[in-house]
Amino acid sequence: MSTTAAKFPFEAGTETLPASPRPAAASASAPPRAPAASPEPRLTALLKVAGARVVPPVAVLAVLLLVWEILCSRAGAGLPPPSRVLAETWDLIVDPFYDNGGTDKGLFWHISASLQRVALGFAFAAVAGIALGTLVGQSVWAMRGLDPIFQVLRTVPPLAWLPLSLAAFRDGQPSAIFVIFITAIWPIIINTAVGIRNIPQDYRNVASVLRLNQFEFFWRIMIPSAAPYIFTGLRIGIGLSWLAIVAAEMLIGGVGIGFFIWDAWNSSKMSEIILALIYVGLIGFVLDRIVALVAVYVTRGTSAQ
Amino acid sequence: MAYLDISDVGISFTRSGKTSEVLQGVSLGIEQGEYISIIGHSGCGKSTLLNIVAGLLKASTGGILLDGKEVNSPGPDRAVVFQNHSLLPWLTVRENVALAVDKVFRGRKSKAERRAWIDENLALVNMLHAADKRPAEISGGMKQRVGIARALAMEPKLLLLDEPFGALDALTRAHLQDQVMEIHARLGNTMLMITHDVDEAVLLSDRIVMMTNGPAATIGEVLPIPLERPRRRLELVEDAVYTHARAAVLEFLYARHAAPALAA
Ligand SMILES: Nc1ncnc2c1ncn2[C@@H]1O[C@H](COP(=O)(O)OP(=O)(O)O)[C@@H](O)[C@H]1O
Ligand SMILES: [Mg+2]
Repeated sequence: MSTTAAKFPFEAGTETLPASPRPAAASASAPPRAPAASPEPRLTALLKVAGARVVPPVAVLAVLLLVWEILCSRAGAGLPPPSRVLAETWDLIVDPFYDNGGTDKGLFWHISASLQRVALGFAFAAVAGIALGTLVGQSVWAMRGLDPIFQVLRTVPPLAWLPLSLAAFRDGQPSAIFVIFITAIWPIIINTAVGIRNIPQDYRNVASVLRLNQFEFFWRIMIPSAAPYIFTGLRIGIGLSWLAIVAAEMLIGGVGIGFFIWDAWNSSKMSEIILALIYVGLIGFVLDRIVALVAVYVTRGTSAQ
Repeated sequence: MAYLDISDVGISFTRSGKTSEVLQGVSLGIEQGEYISIIGHSGCGKSTLLNIVAGLLKASTGGILLDGKEVNSPGPDRAVVFQNHSLLPWLTVRENVALAVDKVFRGRKSKAERRAWIDENLALVNMLHAADKRPAEISGGMKQRVGIARALAMEPKLLLLDEPFGALDALTRAHLQDQVMEIHARLGNTMLMITHDVDEAVLLSDRIVMMTNGPAATIGEVLPIPLERPRRRLELVEDAVYTHARAAVLEFLYARHAAPALAA
């Protein structure tokens, strides 16, 4: 809450239209600034922020590349220097869309195959995870029964599930999707359950007074109230999914970035491995940011309390 | 029989094997359109009593009738203005009121009528200008006004207010008290308000219900406030009836039923 003095004039004035998003500040004695005056300093500020955010990582990256170049340029170095990586993978970089049949495809196809598996597995995990998390968070008995089991299962490494799922599905594709599912679901369940358990009694009271039914309560109160927690779980889940898919694809083969790396290793193409790792890192980063952005959009206002 | 009939209500809580009796033998009748305040020291069980009337808690003994019907679960005919506003932070001001209006009036009012009714209630508490803001963007006093609008919009038989102005600064509180008096004068709602502010109780109420200290708290005394309405706080400062009532409540709270910590 803001200061009394600034707030009161606004309280009384019903016809005062708020000029800025912060009403308390608007009623202060400062003369209203012309709107035209703001863009210019805003642009400089934006540039300043961009500079502060962009310059340091670029500088660090340049230094790292330089050190790598120097260290790996000597004869007998185990890794190719960046200049040779670029030269040797140039064809792959400029033409990610080629398709010579089989697994001889451009990087776009490998990455898109991996992303599809992650999307499917993660979508199943999100739906099942939120549903199970709601159950565990709502009911004391479901929690007592299921929580210990979840706590044990979530520590099983993703790849340990692969033989079991291969035995069950007898096919690489559904097995990989299952591994993503089983990897991503635990943090989603656990965080959703915590979010549901933390719904303030006040919100439950509001729902009771309004006589919301189960369905309305779920959509209007539970999910929005637990949304910040759910998104924490989803964000951890998407990160783990991306970690797991690369490893799983190395084992199941077929088209996919994991298999691409394994294939490059088998034909000793170190430069291609390095290029693939860069792509894996960048895409993992983008996936994390996408979930984070969706979270910001969906939960706006919720966490501000 | 009274419009709201609280008869011999008692409640006890069991916590880790120990049972504590919070309320015992609470009986009170409230007429339609009356403004009743409940005053008592912190922890005596005022919120507990209000929650029983709201249906959010079940009484261990006794029962409650509203308009001849037994109260045994929460419902929009007993709208509550909660102590800490309890607006849903992910909804805008209008959406918060709409949640209540859409639920209560679905099937009885058209969409356009509901929308107009939402705005009418926001206008009643002078909050229409901030209808599209979220609770985090408005002040505490404004949130409380939205809470009042949401409760009024349900057209409750009985409006329950749990220390509605407790968390506000003195100026905002005075302003809101005036608004609530005005709304009460205009709509004639039956109001049951908890407060720990003696001036607020005397200014707003037709009768003040004074509670003894717990455990096993009950109604110690009911004081009628025979002041004409509309009441204006400035004129009342020197009014004999007002000062007399004020003194009686203070005497009850601080001489006869001092706070447990002070009495010990
Ligand atoms: N759910 C509960 N379980 C156990 N004790 C409770 C519960 N709710 C309230 N109490 C006890 O009842 C007493 C009255 O509480 P409350 O009604 O909140 O007081 P007030 O609103 O008058 O300050 C307190 O001593 C409190 O500890
Ligand atoms: Mg209380």
